[in-house]
Amino acid sequence: MSVFAFYLFAISAITGGLFTVISRQPVHSVLWLILAFISSAGLFVLLGAEFVAMLLVIVYVGAVAVLFLFVVMMLDVDFAELKAEMAKYMPIALLIALVILMQFVMAFGHWDAAQGASDLLAHPVPSDRHNTEALGLIIYDQYFLLFQLSGLILLVAMIGAIVLTLRHRTDVKRQDVVAQMMRDPAKAMELKDIKPGQGL
Amino acid sequence: MIQADLSVILPEIVLALYAMGALLGAVYTGKDKLAGPLVWSTAGLMVVLAIFIASQPGDTRIAFNGMFVDDGFARFAKAAILVSAAVVLVIGQDYMARRDMLRFEYPILIALCAVGMMTMVSAGDLMALYMGLELQSLALYVVASLRRDSAKSTEAGLKYFVLGALSSGLLLYGASLVYGFAGSTKFADIITVAEHGHVTVGLLFGLVFLISGMAFKVSAAPFHMWTPDVYEGSPTPVTAFFATAPKVAAMGLFARVLFDAFGAAISDWQQVIAVLSVLSMFLGAVAAIGQRNIKRLMAYSSIAHMGYALIGLAAGTEQGIAAMLTYMVIYVTMNVGTFAFILMLEKDGKPVTDIYALNQFASRAPGKALAVLILLFSLAGVPPMLGFFAKFGVWQAGIEAELMTLVIASAVASVIGAFYYLRIVFFMYFGEETGDVETNGSPILSVALTVSAALMLVGLVYQFGIDSAAASAAATLVK
Repeated sequence: MSVFAFYLFAISAITGGLFTVISRQPVHSVLWLILAFISSAGLFVLLGAEFVAMLLVIVYVGAVAVLFLFVVMMLDVDFAELKAEMAKYMPIALLIALVILMQFVMAFGHWDAAQGASDLLAHPVPSDRHNTEALGLIIYDQYFLLFQLSGLILLVAMIGAIVLTLRHRTDVKRQDVVAQMMRDPAKAMELKDIKPGQGL
Repeated sequence: MIQADLSVILPEIVLALYAMGALLGAVYTGKDKLAGPLVWSTAGLMVVLAIFIASQPGDTRIAFNGMFVDDGFARFAKAAILVSAAVVLVIGQDYMARRDMLRFEYPILIALCAVGMMTMVSAGDLMALYMGLELQSLALYVVASLRRDSAKSTEAGLKYFVLGALSSGLLLYGASLVYGFAGSTKFADIITVAEHGHVTVGLLFGLVFLISGMAFKVSAAPFHMWTPDVYEGSPTPVTAFFATAPKVAAMGLFARVLFDAFGAAISDWQQVIAVLSVLSMFLGAVAAIGQRNIKRLMAYSSIAHMGYALIGLAAGTEQGIAAMLTYMVIYVTMNVGTFAFILMLEKDGKPVTDIYALNQFASRAPGKALAVLILLFSLAGVPPMLGFFAKFGVWQAGIEAELMTLVIASAVASVIGAFYYLRIVFFMYFGEETGDVETNGSPILSVALTVSAALMLVGLVYQFGIDSAAASAAATLVK
């Protein structure tokens, strides 16, 4: 049963990936990409990594893919022109792909993990803990440094986005909260007593 | 446990906290008005940290379960990175301020970039390596397109980003293969696996991908395509930064991975590095001949110089690493002076990068022309200057490691490469019509130019202990 599930998810992941690259409509590409994500989430479930599987669905399908959809729909990029440009390089790309594929076959053909490698393999899911707890223990303890560094990377990404896109407009009237709060009601309004029949 | 770990990464923590504090402070107060003082305080902090790191005792400390290694090699590289980043920040400040590019985020991004570079040279694990590399690269992509209204600068940033992402992909793929075949991402484990049995094909496959990714970061041919465009399009102070600290960091990372993780398989990666080295030297020498833009010329020059430095790595010996480290320090010193000169060049307030504008420069500014002459001779590797001894060091290491062909090829490449450096000298002294370039800029630039040129001569007599420091740093890496 699980073998059947594995092949089902694996084939749909590969199909999704393939059609992401070759479909003509960019929107279709994003939809195929979502299929690839969901199939990989299925593969993670088969491996016993439910938490990662759910993350993949929520973060990648829920947020990233939807963001892609919006970008594709809002930016008017002429993909046909880009594709025509790409087609010029197709022969050499195919050649390189073929060479790399042959090398892969050679490398994986006699898959031979180094001696002692199996002893070094970490076992991230101990039987007495559930997934989320085990991940938490690794991230906040063993990989503490990496966790903090990824925080710094995200900070740089945020600063970068602001540096490159934020433009301060000087001709706009802005709200000054402090000045508003400090307004004195007595000075804010002036009452004039105007006699009937006379102007100001 | 955690306290001991944190004390090992103290300089990185201080720099990261400083960057965050400075960011908050500047956002809530003066914004871009604070940029000038921030440049100086960032540079000051970097120099202080460099002195602190250099004065640490010479033992090797390992933190975070082997993810972070603080040894003599890392300390040498970190001191070089911090000092060169500080100097480049200071010499670029005036140029950026006059062209309205000096934003307060610039010194902060450079500080965060330095944290990434320090992590790179200290990495003891493939994941830590990647984190450091991405932290550094992401900050570099942003500063490359800092002049966001210029099409060239934006193009530089985007091109760098896309190609950088591709190289990160190669590197990550290599890392996953290495993990798959070795069973661990830690360098210490990988090297025991490689020592145990033979190095399997899969492991080598991963290593080749890792090398490709890192060769991209040091801009070694055939992974150099991005360099000329990015160097030309970025604002000149940023180009000066690209050509200094990140090169040291990437070379340090290269040596760290090859020796800490694959030190048992030197004969397997030696030829790969040698090929990268030969290609870079010849491409850098030949492709620069047709260039008129001095920033593109410096890009090709940096590709060639990385080729020479890679000879030290290809030697695979302690002597080779020491020669490579010395080479990088001398290269960075030369580049600081040369870029200080490029930052000075302008006409009617606009920066000039055409080398034909330098015609007859010597008759108008003989002092500066002499300093540039010394630097260019040194870059070309003409014997009396320090640049020659940098090359001599890697050649010696190459000969000791019996890489005679590589050394001969590099001597030929250096003769070809000398042509374009000497051509600039020719224009300055014997150019035909009078060029109309002026030199302008703060006195800091003149000081940087003079000091850098003077060091090329003083270095012959007294090397400030750089060579012995490099030798002891190399000894901690090559066991």
